[in-house]
Amino acid sequence: MEPLTQLTSKTVVLPNADIDTDQIIPARFLTTTESAGLGQHAFSDWRFDSDGSPKPDFVLNRPEAGGCEVLVAGDNFGCGSSREHAAWALRDFGFRAVISTTIADIFRSNALKNGIVPVEVDTATQQWLFENPGAEVTIDIGHRQLQLPDGRRCEFAIDDFARYCLLYGVDPLGHLLSQEKAINDYERAHHCTP
Amino acid sequence: MVPESDETPAILYVDLHLVHEVTSPQAFAALRNRGLTVRRPERTLATMDHSTPTRADVLYGGLPAGPARDQINMLQKNCRDFGIELHDLDSKQRGIVHVMGPELGATQPGSTIVCGDSHTSTHGAFGALAFGIGTTEVAHVLATQCLLQRKPRTLAVNVSGRSAAGVSAKDLVLAIIGKLGVGGGTGHVIEYRGAAIAGLDMEQRMTVCNMSIEAGARAGLIAPDDTTFEYLAGRPMTPTGVQWDHALANWRELPTEAGAEFDREIDIDAAALEPMLTYGTNPGMVLPITGRVPQANGDTGMRRALDYMGLNPGEALIGRPVDVVFVGSCTNGRLSDLRDVATVLAGRRVADGVRMLVVPGSQDIKRQAESEGLDRVFTDAGAEWRESGCSMCIAMNGDRVAAGQYAVSTSNRNFEGRQGAGARTLLASPLTAAAAAVAGKISDPREYLR
Repeated sequence: MEPLTQLTSKTVVLPNADIDTDQIIPARFLTTTESAGLGQHAFSDWRFDSDGSPKPDFVLNRPEAGGCEVLVAGDNFGCGSSREHAAWALRDFGFRAVISTTIADIFRSNALKNGIVPVEVDTATQQWLFENPGAEVTIDIGHRQLQLPDGRRCEFAIDDFARYCLLYGVDPLGHLLSQEKAINDYERAHHCTP
Repeated sequence: MVPESDETPAILYVDLHLVHEVTSPQAFAALRNRGLTVRRPERTLATMDHSTPTRADVLYGGLPAGPARDQINMLQKNCRDFGIELHDLDSKQRGIVHVMGPELGATQPGSTIVCGDSHTSTHGAFGALAFGIGTTEVAHVLATQCLLQRKPRTLAVNVSGRSAAGVSAKDLVLAIIGKLGVGGGTGHVIEYRGAAIAGLDMEQRMTVCNMSIEAGARAGLIAPDDTTFEYLAGRPMTPTGVQWDHALANWRELPTEAGAEFDREIDIDAAALEPMLTYGTNPGMVLPITGRVPQANGDTGMRRALDYMGLNPGEALIGRPVDVVFVGSCTNGRLSDLRDVATVLAGRRVADGVRMLVVPGSQDIKRQAESEGLDRVFTDAGAEWRESGCSMCIAMNGDRVAAGQYAVSTSNRNFEGRQGAGARTLLASPLTAAAAAVAGKISDPREYLR
């Protein structure tokens, strides 16, 4: 994974609360055995009519959404399933960060493993972002800060290990593999060997 | 196994890893790319459920070419190459992964269980710590049998009282999600406690824990007790003889100590509950069946949900015509659920114009239901009786609800498009679903039990 220390982008706003993983990527696209290329199906039922034509008024289809790497969403973003396809689809679509007041557990974990920064903010900050779509924000992972164009700086929480992995492009599997001795010892002590 | 610190999450050893065809191909690919093997294939159990057809002629007559078949073939190859036991399409014990695990006795108290599926929370009914993981984590567990995890917060759901006739475990958990909200359990593991929980059998406990994820919780669990041990005794993968005695002694130590403090607690009186039904586009949008659709009051999310569902504020749910009834899924595809449905369907007919699909959670359940004659009750009533699988819960296998149709479903999610693009899903118990099938409209199941 490429290191990610700081991200500056305009925002696109999708103010719906409880956006679930079935909206981010509908189940009919999960028959793929690849993780690449899912961006074309991101928010498919919201982006396209049943005949496949794009809905011109949907925010992600508007020209100003082009190139936006930061998605601002309503409360409880990413609820629902463990399907990592949701994170793959968002990343492939071009998003590198999601801002909401709350981000669902498994989605958060999946996002971090795919270089998408989950940023939880207070309601007032979320409201400001809703009212100022297209605002250029900076997400500083090293300083755990969201910087708004009016100069405000909002702290956000990010797990130390996840932050380290983002900053240095570290794959957490490498960390687990380095624990070989501890795993062997545990298995011996707990009779886990076949 | 290794405690957490500020710098690193805890390393959790995984006792049982369940694998299915939809969330595993990319994980096996990651192993191959790095030249890794599966560390503990004997602690890994695989099956196919999500994209498998439930029509016998399609399932056994040669799967049609397409991405779903590719996915199934890939799981077969991956299990072969990496030495993992697979309950394949022809297995007599195959079923939805969260139905099959408990039936085999693979799900055991005090163990850690993960699967690339959010309804892994089901296994918490046995006092196991069980939760869904993403595909990257599936690769972690395959390669190391371990998972990186931060300690969750704790939430006690205390359920007192005793449910009235016609009010089932599904109604109870829908009421709990209604109270917590779909994000209310985020970051928490829920322990369901109290007399009403202790009084549930294992199938009902699985229904409750299954939907913990619907409140945003990482996992849900119920303290193991004699009900748990009686269910497990004699199953194919449970210990026997001296090892059973040893396991039982350990399992009896597991329940939370008296006076333990939780980060949060809520109380529910089961005696006050009615059959429940969702009206919106997430499982937290739930009402007693005799209730009325709430006012949107400027809530754009509610407005949007009601528009999608074609419902108006203030209207009653009872009496609304339905098009499709689905009984099945890892929430309510077990034998007791099918018996509930048969109670209502026996001697009655599915209403004209209603399509009813009954899908057992496993092939084992299918056989048991057939030995009791339940299949005849369903087919005599005009319902379709299928092979096991996830079916209309996720609509990946050809079973789906058409755009604009109303479905009463015993599954776990009423998200937009969940049962097919444009489908309108109302979640309910098997009894309520059966009542809707017979009446052709939303009906109070208690009227069918007299």
